[in-house]
Parts: sequence; structure tokens; C-alpha cells
Amino acid sequence: MSSEFDPRLSAAILAARSAQIASRTLKTGGGSTMPGVVARRVDPKVLTKLSQRLPMGSAAITGTNGKTTTTRMVSKILQTAGVRAVNNSTGANLVTGVTAALVSDSSVSGKPASEMGLFEVDEASVPKVAAEADLKLLAVLNLFRDQLDRYGELAYTGKVIASAFVDLPPDGTVVLNADDPLVASLGRSTAKAVYYGVDEPNLDTGRLQHVADSKDCPVCGTALDYETVYMGHVGLYGCGNCGFSRPELQYRASRVRFDGARGTEFLLSTPKGEAEVRIEIPGLYNVYNALAAAAVAGESGVALGEIVRGLGEFGGAFGRVERVKAGDREAFLLLIKNPVGFNEILRTFVTGADARNVLIAINDNDADGRDVSWLWDVDFEMLADAKSEGRTNGLPPFMVSGIRADDMAVRLKYAELPVGSVVPDRKKAIREALAATPPGETLYVLPTYTAMLEIRQTLSELGYTHPFWEDK
Amino acid sequence: MKLTIHHLYADMMNLYGDRGNVISIKKRCEWRSIPVEVVDVGLGERIQPTSRDIFLFGGGQDREQALLAEDLSGSKGADLRAVVEDGGVVLGVCGGYQLMGHSYETPEGERLPGVGIFDLTTEPRKPDEERLIGNVLVRVRAPETDEVREIVGFENHGGRTYLGDTEPLGEVVAGYGNNGQDGTEGARHLNAYGTYLHGSLLPKNPWLTDQLILNALRRVDDSFELEPLDDAVERVAFDSLADRLR
Repeated sequence: MSSEFDPRLSAAILAARSAQIASRTLKTGGGSTMPGVVARRVDPKVLTKLSQRLPMGSAAITGTNGKTTTTRMVSKILQTAGVRAVNNSTGANLVTGVTAALVSDSSVSGKPASEMGLFEVDEASVPKVAAEADLKLLAVLNLFRDQLDRYGELAYTGKVIASAFVDLPPDGTVVLNADDPLVASLGRSTAKAVYYGVDEPNLDTGRLQHVADSKDCPVCGTALDYETVYMGHVGLYGCGNCGFSRPELQYRASRVRFDGARGTEFLLSTPKGEAEVRIEIPGLYNVYNALAAAAVAGESGVALGEIVRGLGEFGGAFGRVERVKAGDREAFLLLIKNPVGFNEILRTFVTGADARNVLIAINDNDADGRDVSWLWDVDFEMLADAKSEGRTNGLPPFMVSGIRADDMAVRLKYAELPVGSVVPDRKKAIREALAATPPGETLYVLPTYTAMLEIRQTLSELGYTHPFWEDK
Repeated sequence: MKLTIHHLYADMMNLYGDRGNVISIKKRCEWRSIPVEVVDVGLGERIQPTSRDIFLFGGGQDREQALLAEDLSGSKGADLRAVVEDGGVVLGVCGGYQLMGHSYETPEGERLPGVGIFDLTTEPRKPDEERLIGNVLVRVRAPETDEVREIVGFENHGGRTYLGDTEPLGEVVAGYGNNGQDGTEGARHLNAYGTYLHGSLLPKNPWLTDQLILNALRRVDDSFELEPLDDAVERVAFDSLADRLR
């Protein structure tokens, strides 16, 4: 842990500072990775040097779904516990983004202001970040099929992540989701694994969704037996052939109670005791995020009371779940990344008959995934079933938008669900959808990533929100 | 006169929204009051043809391809071949298409035997080659009507497929197709169709769905006709993508 003057390091930090100022001035989008690129060019060891100067070391969070939300939950917990942590919270999650966060946190002499690093890391970037950033902890949330065109196959992604475990110190920790078989299987290659999961038989969906990605045993390839399926391939499982099964939990959520769109309560059990937790964001997937955050914080030495308090004060991450007051109406933005997330949103908001005004916006830019075939893996049929079984008070027609609005309309037609107006233009669609929402009611907006940015931009132009780099 | 959709390896080969193909056939039958049933055929289970069948064989990941190749190497593969020679309808997409050829070589260099419905082989992507990914527009000549039609879809494959003595399904207008080089896409032999297009294929191309249904039902009643459906929504979706690709 050296803190002596290092001229090359200082030069790198200075170069990054000017790059950051230039990028902000040119408004090239928050300036969140450019300083990292520049700093690494001047001193390729900048990330290693700075992270070794963090007294509490660093933790990284990876996985397909929930990285940003979980990272921000941990961040809130650390803040509550009085730990100064630096993080890359604006979604810059490659090694350059991690570098940029640490550089901007450090003085020109190379002394970080923070005590701990907390980074969300893209799955494919885990080995590089682990090799350079002196991680004490690595958490793997889940592995779902998401933008397969970027990473190839899930088992391969698992291998890539697991290859980084050896870079953690002997007293390091790997936090794993026990309910995701592929993620849980990664723990077999390390003695550092700590597991979290949900024990709540009432949440059994009773069926493996069509989108289930790894229903076969990740160890021997035999079909897994599921006792409970919570979502996608996540649940309580065992292999009849090789005996691989859901590992024993160190962090557990039970007695999970949903309070509609308002929040969720559950009993959190940890190695240091149990406590009731309430989070102000909805859905089972956020229970998993909160559990992961509790495990990361708990294994970093934070007391249970601080964890409960931090989770309770957490308000939701940018764009993933966001409420925007739009005059005398409300817009509720729920980012859609893949079929599992989409199913959860449908289950939480639409089947519950909460949502009367719905806008779905599907783009197919690179950041959304260019392939929209996943729309066919979304279980819209569950809505049609709920309707025919009288479990909803009639479904509203969904308004559809986005570059692939027409494909979305076809999908709804084949689920025999009512299609409202089809307005491919996102700006026009959000204006029309708000106008069609009765005063006092909520408009549920379900956009893919770039559609969300466009809709947010329009809401901002209408005076309803702020550009994201101001978001805290 | 019930139509049976045999969904091969439904629990494993579910990548890329292949479920949309099942939904498309099912709904387009139901909307015409044609009774339809979906039967999942898993590993170790034999196929049980009725006389009005559509076999759907979707795409999977490499590890699964090896399991399937083994499962198909015995009587199940022979049964499927016999169904095709007897005029039965089979649609293979991506991984399923590859396994309908003579052989499929994995990126690890393992050569998996195929069912041999099509005279084709599939080679893995070489280290200096890219995966073939993107939207595709294909021109198809349907022997049934001798009309030239188009299909759109999305392809995402590392393997390069080379046809021997088998007709391609169509010619590539935009995208890569079988191998990115010879301009062919897919394969067709009697009523067996193979293609790299998912996305899902059939909902985007309702005329092809209807052709499969017609192929299947005409095996028993060669004068069978389908009632036309209102495809306005599908047509708009097709045109908006096809126009981008032309």
C-alpha cells in the first residue's frame, strides 16, 4: 500500500482531468469513461495503483440483471454506515469506466478520497477488472440470456467470470445467487463462496417460463428437478444424476410480501441475525437485488442494522424503475432488458390490474439488442390466461411504440391481447400516452434502453425530469 | 382433422424466440377453426407422427447440440428422415437446421453427425471470422405456386453451412445466409425446410406459416384450401423491416 509520489500516476490523473472537462464542455454525454481511457494511456497501471490505496479495498458486482440497482443499494447502505465509497454509478461498467471513477475520486498526488471501491462490472470485463482493481469481493447476481450477440453463450460467460476468482486474495469473498443454477455452480471452483437466495414457497410460479435459460444441470447436463420456480430458471432445484443442488444459504429472504407498485417487505436472515426489511421498490427481482446488496455489505463488515436502514432508504436506480411526476399525472418508467424482466413487470403491475395505462416501446439499436425475437419468449399469454380466468378487471389496450412497434403489435395480436394505437415515434408516443392518461392516474411506460433514453429526454423537455448525469 | 405440431426438444432448443413459430401455427389454425395440438418431444422420446404433422426443430447452444446429435443418431433420426421422404413437414431453424444436414462441427472441433435430411455440412467459424449476425431479407420461390415471395428474419450463427445436392430455401437479398459467401439461404427438400432465420420466423412471414399448414393438411386432402385471414398487422411489420433492408 504505497502512497509515495508517483509522477507517472499524477500525470495520468491530470490528463484525465482535462479530458473530463473537455468532454463535459462538449456535452458528449456525461464524460463517464473518456477520462479512464486517457488515464490508462498515460499510466497503464493507474487502476492497480489507485485501488491499492483504498483502505477497505474494492467490491465488484456483475450479472445480467440488476447490477446498477444492486450497486446503488450497496452504495446507500455504505453511506448509511458512514463508509465513503467510490462507484461508477452511471452505467460505465467496463474497465475504463472503473478507472475513470477512481481517477476522479483521487487527488492529483494519487490519494483517493474514498475508503472503498464499489463497482458494477460488465460480465465480460470481470477478469480484467479483477486482475487490476485489487478486489476483495466479487458478487455474481444471475446469468440470463441477454444480448447473446455480444457474449456468445451463457456457460461460456460463467467460465469467464469464474476465471477471475483466483485473482481475489485468500481472505476474499465470492457472493453468489444460490437460486440460479449456473451462478451457484461457479462456487464449486472456489473456497470463498457465500450464497444468497429466497425461501418463499408462496412465490412458486409452478412452471419454468419459456424463457428459462439453463434448465439443465450446469455440472452434468441432466435436466434439473425444480421444487420451486421463482422466475425464469431461478428457484429451488436439484440434479437427480450428479447430486448438484441449490447450496445452503448464508443470506436468505423469507416471508416475502408485495405491496403492489409501492414496495416489498421480507424477513432477512444473515450470519449475524435476522431482521424485517422494507424496500420502496416493487417486484421479486428487487428482493434478489436487496439480498445481494445485503450480502455484499455484510461480507464487507457492515452491521445488520445499517443494512436494514440503508435498504429502507433506497429509492431506485436511474431508469430501471423510476417515477416521474408529469403535471397531475404520474409516469412510471420500468426498463425492459429481456424476457425475464418483462415477465416480472407484467406479473407485478399488469396482472395485478394496477396498470390501466400502458405504453410499450421497443427499439432495436445495439444497446437494446438488435434481435427482437425475445419478444416471443415473453409470456404475454399469462395475461390472456389471467383475463380469461377473470383474474384481472379487464386488460387495457397497450399502446406500442419504438423502431419495432409493429413487431410488438404482432406479438400482442398472437397473444390475443388488445392493441391500442401504434406510434413508432417515441417522442410522439409519450406525449400521446400522457394525454390519454386520465388526470390522477399513472402511465406505465415499458421501454427498452434507448427508447427509455428518448422518452426520458422528451419528459425532460416537457419539464418533468432531469438529464441523467445530474441524477443522484 | 387435427393438425399436430411436434415441438422437438422444446425444453432445450428455445433460443431466439422459436416459441413464436409454435404460437404462429397454432393461432393461424385456431383462427380458422382447424383443431390443433402441440406435442413436446424431449430427449429419449420417439416421434409419433399422425398424418397431419408439422415438426419444429429450433436452435440451441453448443452443449445442447451434442446431446441432440446423440439422441438423433439412432431410430429417432431415421424416423424423422422417413417422415420427410413421405412428404411430412419439418421446419428446422438455426441449430435444428444444422442438425438436419450430414454433420455439424462445433467450435471445439467435435464433429457431430446430423440426421441427413439435407445434403449439407456445417463448419465452425474460423478464428479470424465473425459470427454472422443481423436482419435478413430472403427471396424465395415457392414451388407450390411458382410465385416469388420474400421472408424476413434475424440470423445469429457462427457455423458456415455449405449445400451439396440440396436446393436452397432462397437467395439472400440482405444479410449473410448459409455462409455469407454464396448468396444462398437455408435448404428445402420436399416439405422439409431449413433456415438460419429466427426472430421469430413464422409470425413475421405469415404466408410461410400458411404454406406449412397447407403442406401438412394436403397430405391427406389434396384439395384442401385455407380461409384467408386479415394479415394487415403482420404486413405492416414485414414492410417496415423489409424497407429498411432493401
